[in-house]
Amino acid sequence: MSLSYFLIQTLNGVQYGFLLFLVASGLTLVFGIMGVINLAHGAFYMVGAYLAWWFARATGSFVLAVLLALPITVLLGLLIERFGIRHLYARDHLHQVLFTYGLILILNEVQRVVFGNDVHGVAIPPLLAGSLPLTEAQSYPIYRLFISVACVAVAGALYLVIQRTRLGMVIRAGSTHREMVAALGFDIGRLFMVVFGLGVALAAFAGMIAAPVNTVYPGMGDQILIISFVVVVIGGIGSIKGAFVGAMLVGIADTYGRVLLPTGAGVVVYAVMALVLLWRPQGLFGRMA
Amino acid sequence: MPHLSRAALTALVLATGFLALFPLWGDTFYIRFVTKIMVYALFAMSLDLLVGYAGLVSLGHAAFFGIAVYAVAGLVNKAGVTSAFVLLPAALGASAMAAAAIGWLSIRTSGVYFIMITLALAQMLFYFFNDQKYWGGTDGMNIDQRPTLALGDLTLLNFGSRLQLYYLALACLAGAFVLLAVLLRSPFGHALVGIRANEGRMRALGYDVQRVKLIAFVIAGTLAGLAGFLEAARSTFATPALLGWHESGHVLVLVILGGMGTLYGPVLGAFVVLLLEDYFATLTDRWLLIMGVFVIAVVMFLPDGLAGLFRRVASLARGRGRSAGDG
Repeated sequence: MSLSYFLIQTLNGVQYGFLLFLVASGLTLVFGIMGVINLAHGAFYMVGAYLAWWFARATGSFVLAVLLALPITVLLGLLIERFGIRHLYARDHLHQVLFTYGLILILNEVQRVVFGNDVHGVAIPPLLAGSLPLTEAQSYPIYRLFISVACVAVAGALYLVIQRTRLGMVIRAGSTHREMVAALGFDIGRLFMVVFGLGVALAAFAGMIAAPVNTVYPGMGDQILIISFVVVVIGGIGSIKGAFVGAMLVGIADTYGRVLLPTGAGVVVYAVMALVLLWRPQGLFGRMA
Repeated sequence: MPHLSRAALTALVLATGFLALFPLWGDTFYIRFVTKIMVYALFAMSLDLLVGYAGLVSLGHAAFFGIAVYAVAGLVNKAGVTSAFVLLPAALGASAMAAAAIGWLSIRTSGVYFIMITLALAQMLFYFFNDQKYWGGTDGMNIDQRPTLALGDLTLLNFGSRLQLYYLALACLAGAFVLLAVLLRSPFGHALVGIRANEGRMRALGYDVQRVKLIAFVIAGTLAGLAGFLEAARSTFATPALLGWHESGHVLVLVILGGMGTLYGPVLGAFVVLLLEDYFATLTDRWLLIMGVFVIAVVMFLPDGLAGLFRRVASLARGRGRSAGDG
């Protein structure tokens, strides 16, 4: 195996890691601030991807598709928050698990009814279609680099919003001192709605930009959800920094696992998680509950 | 074990009597179907020990159910072993070992962590069977022969007979109920419930909290393995979906709908949900959609499950004034 081969695999791992970070940061944000465990997070990834595929086919433009599909998915998420999840804030995690499990059943079936059981490819936008030559024989697709860049941009924007804006200040305060924030006159209900919408947007956007590489297929949301759980468990629940480190670890471990251990690839990331848990049960950046 | 009222005890005895007599008039299809329901009821009851009593919400319980099915499938197909004297201990042993390993890792945490970790580790076992050609991959594998139970030439139990399988499942279900009820009345059971109520205090009292939790986890996993053994004998088919997280979520629905922390609630839940699923499936191919709505409705309107509903109705019947102390 040549050096450039390893370079390509590492780039793939990092790109997958960035994508996982987008999904997992939404999951960890919703849990860290709202205390809600959302199994349907992966379903929003799927909804985003399917809508992007459908709009891309209808309009012929992937960029336009993302611009249309993102608000629709977020709106769907907000409706679910308003009429369902909002009633579960004070309830046991068990009920949140069951409620969002029911949501998955519904969204997966609706996906099958509306879009069918086929796997669909999404065309890469022409602007990003080429590849960069690494050696005479090997090259790296520009679109995969674009995914990394887009994820970094979103992560940077997320960081700025949370660390530098008034809204971010309230979100940070709300994650540790919910009652105090409410007592100071902030509308916690609205804050939670914003956070939930943000989480949905992150998952949906990840599903959309991954679609040209990973295709869209039934059950895609379940798979990403469980990997995101692994990421969050490794990084520590509620920690954005942890989500980033966990996502990179899982992205790279999974990619190399597929190359080096083709028959045991599915197990590798879980083994990494088990090792981290042995060392730090609360995750790398988690606070002890 | 909650103190069963006289009425509840009577209901349980009547229900068991009904199940024992059901084959007298039930047709072949329903005898098979009720056997399946009882297997899932046993599976759900084992989860109730964790969710309802220990306060451990496991979202990976299907792993212990499925691994027992694969233990039977492996021994029958790859080694030609069919004696239940070997298959049953092997199935229970596989589940117990998996539960010990997963439990050991996951009980170090609690709350949402516990939910996510049990889910992820169970999914690891799912991929183990799903990815290997040896185990039949995604398609799973048929189990070539049903188990046999014989002493010399004397057949003690014919697993091919739908009636004998029915009564075996009923006996296992009733046996597990009695076992768990006795266990929960023992000092161990009180320690378990005490840990859920106040872990710190139990630790201060000198209990080895982690050990109690781990033992409960292994008992629950082993009973799920018993259900898995029956499932293998019943369906003669092993598929990775049996270990998958949809199955874990499904069995959690049975526990919650029936009423957790009651032992009989999950049995009730299994009957209601599996019969409803069967009915919905005759209406439409999209029955999972209806199930999703049903699950959400249960969470919203029936958080204490059917057992809680019965208790409420019973206390209303006894007089509104005295209902506050009930339950």
